[in-house]
Amino acid sequence: MKTKRMIDLAHIIRSKNSGPFELTLDVFFRTEEIYQQAKTRRVVNAALIKRLYGVTDEQILDIIYFDPVRAAKATIARPVASGAIEDTDVYGAQQHMPLLDVEVPWEEL
Amino acid sequence: MDEMRILSPSGILGYGFPRASLERGLAGGLDMIGVDAGSTDPGPAYLGMGKCFVDRAAVKRDLELLIAAALGARIPLIIGTAGGSGAKVHVDGCLGVIDEVLRAMGKTARAALIYCDVPKQAVKDALKQGRIRPLPFAPKLTAQAVTRTTRIVAQVGVDMLLPALEGEPDIIVAGRCYDPAVFAALPVARGFDPGPALHMGKILECGAIAATPGSGRDCVLGVLRKDSFRLESLNPERRFTVDSVAAHTLYEKSHPYLLPGPGGHLDLSECRFEQTAPGVVQVSGSRFVPAPQYAVKLEGAARVGFRTIAIAGARDRIMIERLDDVYAGVRAAVENNFGQRPYRLNFRTYGRDGVMGALEPKPTVEGHEVGIIFDVVAPTQKEADTICGFARSTALHYGYPGRVATAGNLAFPFSPSDVSMGPVYEFSVYHLMDLDDPRALFPVQRLTLGGQK
Repeated sequence: MKTKRMIDLAHIIRSKNSGPFELTLDVFFRTEEIYQQAKTRRVVNAALIKRLYGVTDEQILDIIYFDPVRAAKATIARPVASGAIEDTDVYGAQQHMPLLDVEVPWEEL
Repeated sequence: MDEMRILSPSGILGYGFPRASLERGLAGGLDMIGVDAGSTDPGPAYLGMGKCFVDRAAVKRDLELLIAAALGARIPLIIGTAGGSGAKVHVDGCLGVIDEVLRAMGKTARAALIYCDVPKQAVKDALKQGRIRPLPFAPKLTAQAVTRTTRIVAQVGVDMLLPALEGEPDIIVAGRCYDPAVFAALPVARGFDPGPALHMGKILECGAIAATPGSGRDCVLGVLRKDSFRLESLNPERRFTVDSVAAHTLYEKSHPYLLPGPGGHLDLSECRFEQTAPGVVQVSGSRFVPAPQYAVKLEGAARVGFRTIAIAGARDRIMIERLDDVYAGVRAAVENNFGQRPYRLNFRTYGRDGVMGALEPKPTVEGHEVGIIFDVVAPTQKEADTICGFARSTALHYGYPGRVATAGNLAFPFSPSDVSMGPVYEFSVYHLMDLDDPRALFPVQRLTLGGQK
């Protein structure tokens, strides 16, 4: 199976708090064509998020594809609540990097 | 009334906006100005300490322009989550600024005010009655957790703001408020559908962040109609595009098209985004679905200690290779000197895993230097100062294996090197509370602000 890096498929990849106990990851795909394949293959999926973010199934709230914006959204438990003693990123805005360079299964159309 | 024109000046009150953008909005005619003044994003300390995360002088600058604009145009100014976290202490701070601005203008304004603090006893009672529901991943709420919480606020919604709008006050100031409600309350009072009104509010509350190029410090206009709304930039350098608006609907939300709020949720699954003119986006199909049980979100912060930090850098590559040995040695020395105590000592290593911590996929140093923050949290400031100072001096002279630079291990940019940071808070309450009468806990108060110069 051929692969591609996520950054070659997506033009926005970002992380942010959604409330102090959740981290939400957004991947916006570059074109409708890319989005359709990404959605069919579910390139953003629970196994990937578990591997990249060290979470369990119970710590994944949702992974949803949203057609109108050609995006996938994964929402997970924050490893540490925002602003708690051990937190490293109060806004959760710099936790997206593992998604950029990850290789995902891909077939050029 | 078949449309309402609503201006949002800024992502947060005090983040600023170009005066010309506000003037452009006024020139086109407005029905109200709304501004979100708060967020939980900056963390629990601001709620706990009763401090605003935006500087007072910056808030005053924005309010001077907004109050003059609203009074001049005879339209209401609605402020939500006043003071940043929206507890009484924050709201009163914001009222003080408004009063000061009005007095400087020699004017008075009729204000309506809603405090959103929830007494701890009310939360404990609700807990006993099984009327508290957890939100995902938040710790289970106990009476003990409520007791140690410094203050608790509820996010009020449109329903609580409606009574404040009666009698057409000039300025409405709400404590902790569901951000979109700031913009949706007046339209709902005037008979508009809460679906498009709340969805428009959800975008307006961020100022120009949903435009492109995005900005938290610029004015945008929302024009609400019966079953749709449109968004226009008030700065010719920005525009709304279908992509910029649609992308924003996902911003800092758990779910892309089901957005819960007080008393129900927004369902955006059938939404249509259309570019109706250059820079203008129209949104239709947003629906509000009332919940069978009215609930508000509670936010509470509890103090968990006091923090002292020291900032240092390391350039010595042998030391950098041995960082974990140094940290372990310093930890052991602290324990040897002061015994077992309830402090937390963290070494935050920038250039390695300072940003992602345990999630860092590459926890190695690839550069030639690292930044280190000695981070101590202890039950009192004094104890935190003691442990931090000791850890810092021990690390400076720690003799790790292979050391060649025997004069000192760290570069301190500042003297003094240690900073007493004050109290540390955690979100101890982040739960839903069921309410039978959503308004009973949040009575409206009316007052006149300002006066002669």
